[in-house]
Amino acid sequence: MSASGAERPLPLPDADTAPYWEAAARGELALQRCDGCDAWRFPPRPGCPRCGSLASRWERASGRGTVWSFVVVHGPVLPAFAERVPFAVVLVELDEDPRLRVVGNLPGVAPARVRIGMRVEACFETVADGVALPQWRSAE
Amino acid sequence: MSRASAAIVGIGHTAFARDLGQPERRTALAAIRAALDDAGLAPSDVDGLVRFDLETTSEVEVARNLGIPNLRFFAETGYGGGGGCAAVGLAAMAIATGRASVVVCWRARHRGSGGRPWAATGGRVGGDAQFSVPYGIVRPVDQIALLARRHMHEYGTTAEHFGAVAVACRKHASRNPHALMREPITLADHRASRFVCEPLRKLDCCLETDGGVAVVVTSRERARDLAQRPALVLAAAQGTGPEHYVMTSYHAPRPLATPSTWAARDLFAAAGVAPGDVDVAQIYDVFTPLVVFSLEEYGFCAAGEGGPFCEGGRIEWPDGALPVNTSGGGLSEAYLHGMNLVAEGVRQLRGASSSQVADAELCLVTSGAGVPTSALLLAAA
Ligand SMILES: [Zn+2]
Repeated sequence: MSASGAERPLPLPDADTAPYWEAAARGELALQRCDGCDAWRFPPRPGCPRCGSLASRWERASGRGTVWSFVVVHGPVLPAFAERVPFAVVLVELDEDPRLRVVGNLPGVAPARVRIGMRVEACFETVADGVALPQWRSAE
Repeated sequence: MSRASAAIVGIGHTAFARDLGQPERRTALAAIRAALDDAGLAPSDVDGLVRFDLETTSEVEVARNLGIPNLRFFAETGYGGGGGCAAVGLAAMAIATGRASVVVCWRARHRGSGGRPWAATGGRVGGDAQFSVPYGIVRPVDQIALLARRHMHEYGTTAEHFGAVAVACRKHASRNPHALMREPITLADHRASRFVCEPLRKLDCCLETDGGVAVVVTSRERARDLAQRPALVLAAAQGTGPEHYVMTSYHAPRPLATPSTWAARDLFAAAGVAPGDVDVAQIYDVFTPLVVFSLEEYGFCAAGEGGPFCEGGRIEWPDGALPVNTSGGGLSEAYLHGMNLVAEGVRQLRGASSSQVADAELCLVTSGAGVPTSALLLAAA
């Protein structure tokens, strides 16, 4: 982080979340699946909310989804976001399961064009050396 | 109402200001001192304290500065603004089980002068926030706006519905000499205020306040001999719902069902009363949409009807069907993690509010809905 605090906050992976970010750095959207009941889950965590199993695996997801909600952020914001305002943040419901809702942005899409129900697909934004954020683009 | 074994017998607060110009602990001590004076009790009568997890003044610091000789019971409630009613509920449990005889709950917070907690976010972000902060969901208003937008989409809730909450709270604050913001506002003022996070505007957001509030809880028996008309703790409840993520609970089966849904169920069942029995409500209002959500979740209207419920002065004193936040709430009196809502609930049952609901006998008080939450039903003695 720079002394001015102007650098974008980056994820700090832990043992449970690292596979998600490692996949993103490879340009893949990967999600956890329960070994006990096969349910997909997000965010990554040690246990399954449906069956309680602590065993899971990672699988590549389709990367397709629908905008479930969105906001348009105005200031005051962190210095890292100050030059972007107003910008949209979306909550995307993934095709694999309606409980899978992922926060993201739609780089290059004007906030006024974002709407609930919009079909989107995953893309990846490199934000630092070896760090990429799963992001979204219109699939319509 | 016969089952209530504890009562709130004292309330106290400091001035509410943008900057009190003193350390937070002095504010905490002053609020607690005022609540004990109100009850007609001395620090030597106190044997229990319940603090918020975010409170910076410890129980032992309170005790050693006020001359409380021994704390037989001390505990803290979690999740910031979700814990205010839980604190009173814990105090009531301690009294009901004989673990303590006089318990003080308090919240002192210098958020007006102390800066915005989210502004310290930076560098690498771990935990749950790693999936939202890098995208710009940083402030509490961003987190709740995502739910507000979805509520508008699913149910046709409008910005004017949210504005009606802000207008009602300000109307009540205009009658409260202690409120921080007392200039009445209109729906047009709400509509003209700047966006902070669309769909929410500045007037959808709570105040940035320095201040402290404390309440004193004791047994119903002891309350009979004290200075004030007691407010019985008829029921208290907590709830989380499934798969909760604090402030970013987007992953549950129904994200629009906040933890209040579960707290409400237990609260009314424990009290043996129905939402229609409630005379006045103090509903946690860090952002206006949470009042809309809570009106639905506590059963005053059906899911999706919280917006229209706020129209036409229905939540305004004196003629509304359910006056809400009669001291101005977090939107216009002070934002102190809801402890001022508890105090106002007590005032209503004493007949001492600046916007007094005639013959108020039952008051709902709720805590923060975007986090693991809690709620109280208070009844006139
Ligand atoms: Zn499972």
